[in-house]
Amino acid sequence: MEEQDKILNEVTQGEYKYGFVTDIDTDIIEKGLNEDVVRLISAKKEEPEFMLQFRLDAFRKWQKMKMPDWAYLKIPPINFQEISYFAAPKKKAQYESLNEVDPELLETFNKLGIPLEEQKHLAGVAVDAVIDSVSVKTTFKETLAEKGIIFCSFSEAVKEHPDLIKKYLGQTVPVADNFFAALNSAVFSDGSFCYIPKGVRCPMELSTYFRINAANTGQFERTLIVADDDSYVSYLEGCTAPMRDENQLHAAVVEIITMERAEVKYSTVQNWYPGDKEGKGGIYNFVTKRGVCRGESSKISWTQVETGSAITWKYPSCILIGNNSVGEFNSVAVTNNYQQADTGTKMIHIGKNTKSTIISKGISAGKSDNSYRGLVKVLPKAENSRNFSQCDSLLLGDTCGAHTFPYIEVNNKSSVVEHEATTSKIGEDQIFYCNQRGISTEDAIGMIVNGYAKEVLNKLPMEFAVEAQKLLQISLEGSVG
Amino acid sequence: MSVLVEKTDFSLKLIGHYNEVKAQLETDSPALINNARKKAFQDFVLQGIPTFKNENYKYTNLQPLFFIDYSYNHIKEKSDVNLKEVFRCNVPQLDTHLVLNRNGWFCDNNNESNLPEGIIINSLRNIAKTNPELIQDFYAKIANTEEDPMVALNTAMATDGYVIYIPPNVQFDKAIQVINLMENNSDTFITQRNLIIADPGSKVSVLICDHTLNNNKYLGNSVTEVFAGENAQIDYYTIQNQHNNSATINSLFIKQERDSNVLTNTMTLHGGLIRNNLKVLLNGENCNSDILGMAFMDRKQHIDNFTQIIHAKPHCLSNQLYKNVLDDESTGVFSGRIHVVRDAQKTNAFQRNNNLLLTDQAKMNTKPQLIIDADDVKCSHGATVGQIDEEALFYIRSRGIAEKDARLMMMNAFAHEVIQEVKLEPLRDRIDELVDKRLRGEIARCHDCSYDCDC
Amino acid sequence: MLSIKNLFVSVEGKEILKGINLEINPGEVHAIMGPNGSGKSTLANVLTGKEGYDITEGEVSYNGEDLLEMAPEDRAKEGIFMSFQYPVEIPGVPMVNFLKTAVNEHRKHRNEEPLTAGEFLKLMREKKELVEMDTQLTNRSVNEGFSGGEKKKNEIFQMALLEPKLAILDETDSGLDIDALKTVARGVNALKSPERSTVVVTHYQRLLDYIVPDFVHVLYNGKIVKSAGKELAHELEAKGYDWIKKENGN
Repeated sequence: MEEQDKILNEVTQGEYKYGFVTDIDTDIIEKGLNEDVVRLISAKKEEPEFMLQFRLDAFRKWQKMKMPDWAYLKIPPINFQEISYFAAPKKKAQYESLNEVDPELLETFNKLGIPLEEQKHLAGVAVDAVIDSVSVKTTFKETLAEKGIIFCSFSEAVKEHPDLIKKYLGQTVPVADNFFAALNSAVFSDGSFCYIPKGVRCPMELSTYFRINAANTGQFERTLIVADDDSYVSYLEGCTAPMRDENQLHAAVVEIITMERAEVKYSTVQNWYPGDKEGKGGIYNFVTKRGVCRGESSKISWTQVETGSAITWKYPSCILIGNNSVGEFNSVAVTNNYQQADTGTKMIHIGKNTKSTIISKGISAGKSDNSYRGLVKVLPKAENSRNFSQCDSLLLGDTCGAHTFPYIEVNNKSSVVEHEATTSKIGEDQIFYCNQRGISTEDAIGMIVNGYAKEVLNKLPMEFAVEAQKLLQISLEGSVG
Repeated sequence: MSVLVEKTDFSLKLIGHYNEVKAQLETDSPALINNARKKAFQDFVLQGIPTFKNENYKYTNLQPLFFIDYSYNHIKEKSDVNLKEVFRCNVPQLDTHLVLNRNGWFCDNNNESNLPEGIIINSLRNIAKTNPELIQDFYAKIANTEEDPMVALNTAMATDGYVIYIPPNVQFDKAIQVINLMENNSDTFITQRNLIIADPGSKVSVLICDHTLNNNKYLGNSVTEVFAGENAQIDYYTIQNQHNNSATINSLFIKQERDSNVLTNTMTLHGGLIRNNLKVLLNGENCNSDILGMAFMDRKQHIDNFTQIIHAKPHCLSNQLYKNVLDDESTGVFSGRIHVVRDAQKTNAFQRNNNLLLTDQAKMNTKPQLIIDADDVKCSHGATVGQIDEEALFYIRSRGIAEKDARLMMMNAFAHEVIQEVKLEPLRDRIDELVDKRLRGEIARCHDCSYDCDC
Repeated sequence: MLSIKNLFVSVEGKEILKGINLEINPGEVHAIMGPNGSGKSTLANVLTGKEGYDITEGEVSYNGEDLLEMAPEDRAKEGIFMSFQYPVEIPGVPMVNFLKTAVNEHRKHRNEEPLTAGEFLKLMREKKELVEMDTQLTNRSVNEGFSGGEKKKNEIFQMALLEPKLAILDETDSGLDIDALKTVARGVNALKSPERSTVVVTHYQRLLDYIVPDFVHVLYNGKIVKSAGKELAHELEAKGYDWIKKENGN
């Protein structure tokens, strides 16, 4: 209850509050993209040859690809030569303790509310913070290492666990999977790697915070999570960016692999800068996220709260190969002002008795467009598979749009697929009822929207759920007269 | 033309054919029909024959159909077909006014003349020649050639079809039964173009029966434009019963003015490949549109129902229900789009698609879509793909009914939701009977029909 | 405390209230009766500030202020409470959350400290007993899955929590069995005080056996056509509304 109060109090303060620029010395390479840049990135990161080849392969394929245009989005032309593909805080070094971290950076994390400091040990969250594409600090490494869990920056993993990287990188999202994945594969600068060994339940939530700081840079991080037999991990991802007039590109790739009976929960609270009220600035968030349930009875669940970004293009997917494997997608996407989101999921049923659930709650306000796009595909051998999808849209105001584009392909007779979708406006009678009890319209909307999104918010780990609730309310401020 | 270079497709073949016959088409046809050809042909060239790459034809590739060398009936043949003799698929107890089209051409010798004052049922070619004022504001006005290459091709090649005109405030109680026959001595490509105009306050029921009369390969490409004036009521039923060698692309465009009521019900009992395009534009307030369809497919049959309902004005209601039963290796597709245009407030738009897969080889692809740009709306869609409810099946069997019969009961019940919306009672009974026969695996053909084909 | 003068209200161009005059003083209980469609609910909705009603003429003052100028939540915080005829369901919004926010908004308005979670729960427990609310219900979402009777009890429970100055009970008796009706009435009566006024809007006289009015007004065709003491309710019960209709030339 106290949390609720705090939220309501904080909500009153207005616009995008994560939009500060951190004054840290950054190492930025020249704008533009060509093979030399790809080589330079690889060299700067002192990568082994196989990584360079991986990048070059991706780059060559990318050059032949076109930007996808099938989404319900109006994307202004992007000049990929006007972006700098690498920006790292200069003081990057091996940090032994937090005392060595650039104080400016720590201040940044404090402002973000990231539980990075030592006292947050109690919170039980291990954090890998990625600022402008480079991983700055991974906490709790030793604690995790005792259990055999590897949780480190991607660059470190390339150096210290090259076999694992070689084995799993690009397996789930092939380099030429799509335009943005190919771009990411060519130029990604850092990210997180996580390996949970057989039979280990990760004792704490693992968390990555992404922040774009430098101007004119793109952020291309790469996350790879491998959960071996009978293991479990819950992984959190948070994103913020400063307010800038120009648009910035974020093209990340997340790959998850689960072996026999393993489970990965991946939660995202995406709050990139959405642009101002006139639609100026904001992040282009073009992300490829995919998990493969390789092992029998394994499970991958995606939970996302998407409130930021000028444009979101994102379809966290599950490929259910193992028999009895389970995929889940839970999403709340809020668009306000001139934001555009085209987001959803793919559930590909390959193994027998596979199950998937999709719950999507879209909330549109202002002049925004919010689309759900999803594919449920049941292959002939995926006998007795089940899918249930519920995609609801809520409209606040008569100048926004809510759209639903599900694709359902069923190729055997023993599977059952059900899809339901509704679109309606926020209940005026509900708002009035709250008003009549003395609750202001803005608060009433916040409450109703949070209630509407609750099914999904409940799937988030506690800490995130609180932040997500706040975000929902903040995102919708000023959306009603 | 550069668009086509990368396609090794049959579009070029068609384009070549068109250029050959263009002069002849224009000499033979009235100006009204000719006027629409040029742009339509350009639009076809730009788009080409649709393949999987065309999002609207994602699950239905038309290219292979054009592999066959068809004959094109661009010139009307003398036909001495007597409808009453050849075709006895009448509906018992249903008094209908019969209209016959053969290979896309309107058959004058079967045109009955005992019509109430003012109602016109005639050939498109005749009307375009003798009374163009009647149809010039309607012909090729809502069938957009830029959105679908098959509509463009139809408009470019159109020669004939039927026109039904109901004057203001006339309620025609007798149902009009339009029989479209495919019957030629070689494989044939058929283009048919139709127009239905129901003036304000009028009422009409139309029953369309698509049939094939022999075993040659047929590819039909028809376009029908339907205009429902203010407060008009149109019931439009289609029964598709064609053989496995036939392919049909039917495009139906409906424009509704305020207070109008339109019911469409597309019942597909048999056919090789069937694609039904339906676009409904609710262009006035307080329109009501009921859109129903069902299909029973087996062997390698393919059904694709593609609908777009556009709510352009406030206070309209649309209700879609499509059901498919897919047996053997058949494929079903449903793609339904509800588009609520900005400011079309107080819209109620609902859509449901339910499918039964009877074998592991049968496939169903469904793509229900909502595009909503107004906020005070109630819209929903639901789609299911599954099997007969085993619990219900068990319940029926536990009362001593054989499994086979229990399944039939369940399938009949599944279909009945669509059939019950047929307002003409004798027709409803007839369809119930046809569906039951179809589900029993018997040929869904009328008892005394004289045509002899392996369907 | 509430003064309605010559109030004309129309909905979508149709005139519903045609010159209402009504004075309500602290501590009084007024019953507004009338046949269906006479404008009873319209009057209740206008007083609480629901949208969609055009006030074409007249004024309403509440404790000396222009009520019609106030936002619905401000009216609520100034002490106007409506027990809705059809309380709306708000899925996903927990009762406790909703009520605590409402109570603390009221407190803030009175410059009081917000209640802590503990204090609030204690308050809730007290008030629940008043209307014999099932504890389970407050664990659900607002009105979701409540039976008709439970919804009405919930309204009175909220009234007890918010302690209004002017309570408007809109058809609170409709759809209630006699036991639920008694419970609801008991709740209302327990909240009676010299400062609190109540307006009971009802179609039937039944409720007025339990909540005894000081004044009864008959609303017919948008006007108050008769005002008297509680005996008027009995007269109406005996003679039916046809009697009123006849007298008013219909």
